[in-house]
Amino acid sequence: MTDLNFEDIIGRYFNLNLKKDNYRIYVEEAGQGTPLLCLHTAGSDGRQFRHILNDKRITNNYRVIVFDLPWHGKSNPPEGYELKDYKLTTNLYKEIIMSFCKQYKLIDPVIMGCSMGGRVVLHLALEHCDYFKAVIALEGSDKLEPYYDLDWLHRPDVHGGLVQAAFVSSQIAPQSPNNFKHETLWHYMQGGPGVFKGDLYFYWHDGDFDDRSNLIDTSKCPVYLLSGEYDCSCTPERTLETAKRIKGSKATIIPGIGHFPMSENPELFKSYIYPILDEILK
Amino acid sequence: MLSIENWINNINSNKRLIENGRWLNITFTFGIGDKDYLFEILSGNVLSINEREILTQSGTFKIYGQRDSWNKHWLKVPPRDYHDIFAMLAKKIIYIDGDLTPFIQNLQYFKDLIASNRDMHD
Repeated sequence: MTDLNFEDIIGRYFNLNLKKDNYRIYVEEAGQGTPLLCLHTAGSDGRQFRHILNDKRITNNYRVIVFDLPWHGKSNPPEGYELKDYKLTTNLYKEIIMSFCKQYKLIDPVIMGCSMGGRVVLHLALEHCDYFKAVIALEGSDKLEPYYDLDWLHRPDVHGGLVQAAFVSSQIAPQSPNNFKHETLWHYMQGGPGVFKGDLYFYWHDGDFDDRSNLIDTSKCPVYLLSGEYDCSCTPERTLETAKRIKGSKATIIPGIGHFPMSENPELFKSYIYPILDEILK
Repeated sequence: MLSIENWINNINSNKRLIENGRWLNITFTFGIGDKDYLFEILSGNVLSINEREILTQSGTFKIYGQRDSWNKHWLKVPPRDYHDIFAMLAKKIIYIDGDLTPFIQNLQYFKDLIASNRDMHD
């Protein structure tokens, strides 16, 4: 065993009860210190954060925790999933995250989400500002507009995995390393039928809250926004407009990166996230 | 922009691209400025690219934009919003019409086919 090159990540399962449903949740973690809960993008799973989980510069001070949302990755859908369509609502998303934090007994956590995860952390900053130490919205904004018809993502004459990867490949920067680009796309090829579509209901429709984002109190819960130059979904303009509405938030646009900074170009992303994580702990 | 002949060669010499389009038999219209070109595809191979001469010649769908926009798309490192046809569609830099089913069914193939006009040589 000793000559095996294990990574530092530990993965395991637990059962999360939420209302009438029981979810078997897959969670990975590494490190010690302040909890840093990471939320993956729509239609993907927690593997997107492996470079963060494996980075000792981060895990020396943070206990990095990444779970797959129900229906995603290695987390199961609830029993009876075959009888309904998956549709992520704002309330369900927030309830899952807060139930996870409660059952995991996380104290004073930092929460960092990407894309739809970057959207929901802004909701949490508004509603749970006394609980979270800080929120980091990657490719996050409080308002977006759809640019393709979601029905293409779930129909029998279109291969769901291939079309999902083909759609999101437009959101990756041409400068990103080819191996990480295709690893990011591979996650999208593996999503369950209709799951990406169900996530985008939150991301493009139900999750808008530009009418309330100005109520976030950044003196209680600091808000950081990081978005990629090449993100054609949550564009730099959308992020900067959001930052204007959230007084005291700090927004940065990363040149030469797209919608999946932590997985498409991890080294470039780290050069931007290190100072933020350091600042939060000061 | 490459010559039509070099573009066809770029496509048909790309084995991975042809493999990805192996189920595809279609003619689609590609618009550059005020000129339309008909791409005739058989099993992923481009048989011909011909300028549309009369309006009754048409493809299953049409994707079109201004010449300057396509030239930016074909730069070795395209600027943001021009780096992918869906980024361009999102920004309304290019447009698409017609029966989109075969386009979406083979989305990455069509992205790669159109991008293969990009000259990657220094």
